[in-house]
Amino acid sequence: MTTLTVNGEPFSLSGRTVADLVQALNLSGRRLAVEVNRDIVPKSAHADHLLSDGDVVEIVHAIGGG
Amino acid sequence: MSDLLDIAGKTYSSRLLIGTGKYKDFEETRSAIEESGAQIVTVAIRRTNIGQNADEPNLLDFVSPDKYTILPNTAGCFNADDAVRTCKLARELLDGHDLVKLEVLGDQKTLYPNITHTLKAAQTLVDDGFKVMVYTNDDPIVAKELESMGCVAVMPLGSLIGSGLGILNPHNIHLILEEAEVPIIVDAGVGTASDAAIAMELGCDGVLLNSAVAHANKPVLMASAMRKAIEAGRESFLAGRMPRKAYAAASSPLDGVSR
Repeated sequence: MTTLTVNGEPFSLSGRTVADLVQALNLSGRRLAVEVNRDIVPKSAHADHLLSDGDVVEIVHAIGGG
Repeated sequence: MSDLLDIAGKTYSSRLLIGTGKYKDFEETRSAIEESGAQIVTVAIRRTNIGQNADEPNLLDFVSPDKYTILPNTAGCFNADDAVRTCKLARELLDGHDLVKLEVLGDQKTLYPNITHTLKAAQTLVDDGFKVMVYTNDDPIVAKELESMGCVAVMPLGSLIGSGLGILNPHNIHLILEEAEVPIIVDAGVGTASDAAIAMELGCDGVLLNSAVAHANKPVLMASAMRKAIEAGRESFLAGRMPRKAYAAASSPLDGVSR
């Protein structure tokens, strides 16, 4: 298990990559952006980017705004 | 007559930029935006709820980036670092799209722009290759400074965000317009169609609004009113209004009346 903080909440991930995390959160295929420890992880790197214990992940999407 | 709004080298026939916040649901958002004729649509960037259903609706399924120019904002950011970070997330979210609306706010009560942080963030974003449309106060010196930095549009407030008080200082907007070499877009404060027309009659290049439509009793109808007001205001500006006079000047000849 990889122990992460995702959007401010603790999260235990059984996989290791950003793509694993996105899938575990039921977010595959959705328009989103991922940041790990304040660095953007581009979509093209989701499958390869390895997460480590203690990583802080932010996942964002577009909502209504002016 | 070809009268297009040019922002960062891309042209638009609509001079209305519209927000997607505060609608009843995404269907209403989509209908109002369609009716408004807007081609540039703002969105906010926020944390995704973890544990959401896989089929939860997504704003961008209703307001497609294929159809509209999506303008992500930095609403909710109160310092330059957060605003820059949000823009980078937005660029990733939108597959490298680099047009952003920068707003760095000063306090919750007024949502007035924090100019120190706005200038700092604008410089960082321009240096990083972003095309920055920047929300600012109606200070002509600050507006010019933001333009000089390389912002692609300067967007002074008409009045406070969400206040609906209209264009409170048309004289300042005019001062900004006199010196501007990039599009000037009134952002914030428009409450009803006549406010939008006034902004356009002043010579603004466009109007960005959200609450005036979303909080109208009938948002879709107000979206239509805004489209017409902005077109009318623009044509009125281009036509050039008659001079104001202190006394009457008859429209009909005064002689030849049957007595």
